[in-house]
Amino acid sequence: MEFSLLDPFLWETVIQGLLFGGVLALLSLGLNIIFGVIDVVWICYAELIMLGMYTIYFLYTDFGVPLPLAFLAGILVVAVLGALLHHLVIRPILHTEPINQLLVTGGVLFFLQGLATMMFSVEFRNLGVSFGSVSVAEMYFPVSRIIAFSVSIVAVVALWLFLKKTYLGTAIRAISQDRDVMPLMGVSPRKIYLVTSALGGGLAGLGACLLVLLYDIHPAIGLTFGPITFMVCVLGGLGNMIGGFIAAFIFAEFIALGGFYAEVEWGYVLAFVFFIVMMFIRPQGILGSKS
Amino acid sequence: MGTMLEVRDLTKRFGGFTAVDRIGFDLAEGEILGLIGPNGSGKSTTFNLIAGALPPSAGSIKLEGREIGGLSPTEVCHLGIARTYQIPRPFRKLTILENVALAAYFGANRLISRSEAWKRAEDALTLTQLPTDPSVRVDGLGAAGLKKLELARALATQPRLLLADESLGGLDEQEMDQAADMLSDIRRERGITIIWVEHIMGVLMRVVDRCVVLDHGEIIATGLPQEVAHDPKVVEVYLGTDAESVQTQVAGRSAGEAAGGAAAC
Repeated sequence: MEFSLLDPFLWETVIQGLLFGGVLALLSLGLNIIFGVIDVVWICYAELIMLGMYTIYFLYTDFGVPLPLAFLAGILVVAVLGALLHHLVIRPILHTEPINQLLVTGGVLFFLQGLATMMFSVEFRNLGVSFGSVSVAEMYFPVSRIIAFSVSIVAVVALWLFLKKTYLGTAIRAISQDRDVMPLMGVSPRKIYLVTSALGGGLAGLGACLLVLLYDIHPAIGLTFGPITFMVCVLGGLGNMIGGFIAAFIFAEFIALGGFYAEVEWGYVLAFVFFIVMMFIRPQGILGSKS
Repeated sequence: MGTMLEVRDLTKRFGGFTAVDRIGFDLAEGEILGLIGPNGSGKSTTFNLIAGALPPSAGSIKLEGREIGGLSPTEVCHLGIARTYQIPRPFRKLTILENVALAAYFGANRLISRSEAWKRAEDALTLTQLPTDPSVRVDGLGAAGLKKLELARALATQPRLLLADESLGGLDEQEMDQAADMLSDIRRERGITIIWVEHIMGVLMRVVDRCVVLDHGEIIATGLPQEVAHDPKVVEVYLGTDAESVQTQVAGRSAGEAAGGAAAC
């Protein structure tokens, strides 16, 4: 295939990559804030998203709840799950070796996946909502992807404003720097951690709202998005939200362009090769600090 | 003046080691008390017990008649006790104003508005002679500036009792004098009661009303600065050298008071 910058399909691909990047950026956000603040990696993060997708699916299809309400419920349910995950699983072992937290959330991953398989079977389910597509200068874009991208960008900006402009947000940023000083300023680290966990869960829930529009739901969908979300965070510098944001678009373009020149699978292969090479060159991530 | 703090038989053991051994002292409202002693004498432990960072093994700490021993640091903060750290611990990624506003907002014992917290933060920054410009970052501050920020953050919680931990370590002589004056001003202008912990006695003696001297977890002397400075036990602990400088400071204080026509205390 000849390379031409005038090729509308190339541009369509680049923009598709951009749209997908927005979704990846949102997915990485929750994982990043949890790591940045609590210093814990939720390996089961994508499984929380999976449960959010099921929540939305069943509310919408089985109970006839209007989609916006089902979305809201999905976000709330996953936010509560995030807080529960912290309270029941993370907090008891917060002061032990970091590997324990990694392993235990890994355990939760398989627990949730198994639970979902038992409860919902391995059947692929689809919300069956279609928004059609729009065409711009011979290029076609699914509206659902444009919605997902827009919501992601709004969420990223909203989170940034929350962290920058509110006292609770400032406390969340502060506690990630020095946990022990906080109580002396009247802040209870326990509460901040719980709020942060609910916030991370809520972001996973928002991710569920977007993914449910784009993909089929099945118990193992977490395995599709978990690894790439984690790698986006690592490439950006774990805990660094701006780095994660940039990395999401890098990954997405690799996948999109790989799909354009060969097959989507090649895009993933190239993206992961790039990831591995980057880990040699810059193990702390694009914007991560040295430590 | 009422009693602000009442410490009785306060004891802290770490395993078999007794860091603080049945110490007791009172603190009057509006007083500046110097808590001094060489390294490892139990000052910081005493401090941590009052601030709620450590639970006492035995004994009681009463803030205006209310037992506070064993409360969490958050609770102690909300009751009106603020502390500074010996080594400043600012949030380096936040601006100076954010650091202080955070303390003002969460340190208040009730919900206050954003603007109220902002105002309290600015007030604390003014009091400690730090810039109130919201864009100034922590990175530009030197040792003295960081100490001030530590103090500003504590003051922003609007404490009635301020625990200042070795506020002068790492400062030069002029900065030490300024810091001592600042604590003195804070007490005078805001009526905040202060416990000032130092291992060097020097400039502290000029400002404090009374001293409690600790050694090996026990109180070896209590009294007016000039009394403890000449106390043989204190002189022995400080091996003479520092006591000499202390006596100079105390002499300076007496001279200053005489010149100002103030009555001796």
